[in-house]
Amino acid sequence: MTTLLARRAPVAKLGAALTLSVAAVLTLDPVALAVLAAIPLVTAPLFGLSPLRLLRRAWPAFAAAVGIILSLALFSADRGGTVYVHFGPFLVTSSVLATAGAYALRLVALSLPAVLFTATTDPTDLADSLVQHVRAPARFAYGALAAYRLVGLLTEEYQQLTMARRARGIDSGGNPLRWAKLFAGTAFGLLVGAIRRGTRLAQAMDARGFDAGLPRTIARPSRFGPPDVALLLGTVFLATVPLLAL
Amino acid sequence: MITLDAYGWRHGGRRAWAVRGVDLRIERGERVLLLGPSGAGKSTLLSALAGLLDTASGEAEGTLKVEGRPGIVFQDPQAQLVMTRAGDEVAFGLENLAWPAAGLWPRVDEVLAQVGFPYDRDRPTGRLSGGEQQRLVVAAALAPRPDLLLLDEPTANLDPAGAALVRAALAAVGPDVATVIVEHRIAEILPLITRVVVLDPGGGVRADGPPGLLSGPLGAELAAAGVWVPGHPLPARPALHSPGEPLISTFDLRVRRNAYSDMVVQEREIVAVTGPNGVGKSTLALALGGLLRPAAGRVSTADGEPHRWRARRLAARIGSVFQNPEHQFVTRTVRDELALGGTSPVHVDELLDRLHLAELARANPFTLSGGQARRLSVATALAAAPRLLILDEPTFGQDRRTWTEMVDLLAALRDEGHGIVAVTHDPDLVTALDAREVALSAPPQEIAPVAFSREGRQG
Repeated sequence: MTTLLARRAPVAKLGAALTLSVAAVLTLDPVALAVLAAIPLVTAPLFGLSPLRLLRRAWPAFAAAVGIILSLALFSADRGGTVYVHFGPFLVTSSVLATAGAYALRLVALSLPAVLFTATTDPTDLADSLVQHVRAPARFAYGALAAYRLVGLLTEEYQQLTMARRARGIDSGGNPLRWAKLFAGTAFGLLVGAIRRGTRLAQAMDARGFDAGLPRTIARPSRFGPPDVALLLGTVFLATVPLLAL
Repeated sequence: MITLDAYGWRHGGRRAWAVRGVDLRIERGERVLLLGPSGAGKSTLLSALAGLLDTASGEAEGTLKVEGRPGIVFQDPQAQLVMTRAGDEVAFGLENLAWPAAGLWPRVDEVLAQVGFPYDRDRPTGRLSGGEQQRLVVAAALAPRPDLLLLDEPTANLDPAGAALVRAALAAVGPDVATVIVEHRIAEILPLITRVVVLDPGGGVRADGPPGLLSGPLGAELAAAGVWVPGHPLPARPALHSPGEPLISTFDLRVRRNAYSDMVVQEREIVAVTGPNGVGKSTLALALGGLLRPAAGRVSTADGEPHRWRARRLAARIGSVFQNPEHQFVTRTVRDELALGGTSPVHVDELLDRLHLAELARANPFTLSGGQARRLSVATALAAAPRLLILDEPTFGQDRRTWTEMVDLLAALRDEGHGIVAVTHDPDLVTALDAREVALSAPPQEIAPVAFSREGRQG
């Protein structure tokens, strides 16, 4: 992550991503949304990520976009225009397609900047930048960072719990109701474990003088300079052009 | 430097005092081993010395005076690491204490070198072994130059190699620091110790003196109370009968990234799976237990491959006991835990008696002590009466008394006809049960076993 834009201060990157997302909320014009979605794709290489990898990382957004199109084809109130498909409850007309397409595109334009930001920003750097550049309380920034580490351990813990339950003779046997009950039980076990570990971690952090009211030293100074301002201003410019012009 | 006069602490909402009537003076440079049976209040006393007991959460009596800054190391490294990079972890405590910025990174490098941390500062903490993580935790505790270093069972969660790493780090602590350690397995730590303090569960200090104190009658008393006093013989429980029919066997087995030599487990025998961390011992246990699907090769029994069975059928044939007992608990009382899956009330009572859990029948499984939770997890695995038992580290973190109970139980189950597989780092367990040892060793390269198993299938 040493490319020109990847190196920018994380809060500047966060600001830029938010600017694009907010712009996507403000319009439903398909061309404007397409331009907004294209901005993170085109600039991704400057952040050290190929456009293809960005698209791959953003798959949940695309899955949700397909969901929007499908549900609007089923439930949309405005079903005017030319009829394309009429099959059972599915009625796809030109106006349905236009509305659904715009919403789907908005979702993609909203998500891509966020995905690009998280993919190219180190969590520790983000915490440092939040504390140093926007004066976020250290208690919040580094507390969240410690919690983020614990979240990574949860996946492994979930697998352990699932296997332990199978060993006890408990499985869903393909029954969705039992699966839901089993999942709720496993999730509860996970939660109990997470709270215990979180409490112990908080105690260990206390013992090391965290949040004791002293001013903290900054071990990793983070710079917020003209290139970061340029990134922010550049994004504001790029985001407003499609809004105003289209 | 530490002065305790008739000190006592009672946790909020409890009737009994966790520690009481403790008189103690500890000076700089002393390395004190704090001993006592479970429930004597060792961990509570350490928390008090670390200044972690808040008067809002309990009640104190007597006086407690600590001159200087304490640093504390707990048991589980995963619940102590804050940052994602090793160097940042050490820097974290220094930042909190407003360490001068110019001297911060040099101090981080110095203390990492002092504990023998083998990687650079950017090493991700998630990619360290347990022993390496704990060594990093010790480095982080030492970084702000504490006057007092407190260690609460720092090696209990580690394999022997990891524990040795941590002890080496402790040996490097300077003479101007007072050290207080709570530890179950004391043979290895005794050479580092200058003084032993024994807490009495009834209150006060039972004994206080040089490590030689433990070779007298006090040593025998403590050994009986569950402390791992060196030089006290352990029980020997060799098999009474020769092994019977094979229960489970593997052929060219490969699971996740590990390849395994073929093995068989028979009735009336205990197989101990040993080897260093990361060679796939637990993974083998999961595959034998029908909980992981083999990537190649086969695990077979007289009734087919365990990973294909429905859970109910699996539990009736193979009982798996996980390293963390709490992972296996799904109900609110010990009795319900055993009755799960339709175990008859008579059999539940038998299990409760046999595993000394009868008095705890109505207790919540999550409130049990370490030894009790371990016994309950074995009892749950036995509930559906499987012939084969697979246990992951059954003696991890146990005191001498609960350890002996576990050895007796496993020996009895074996002699009744069960086949038992135990994944373990504990050489005493292998010796006491006279178990057949299957030692796994690390492959020279990660890719090697894959190539080997492909050739095997073609030929």
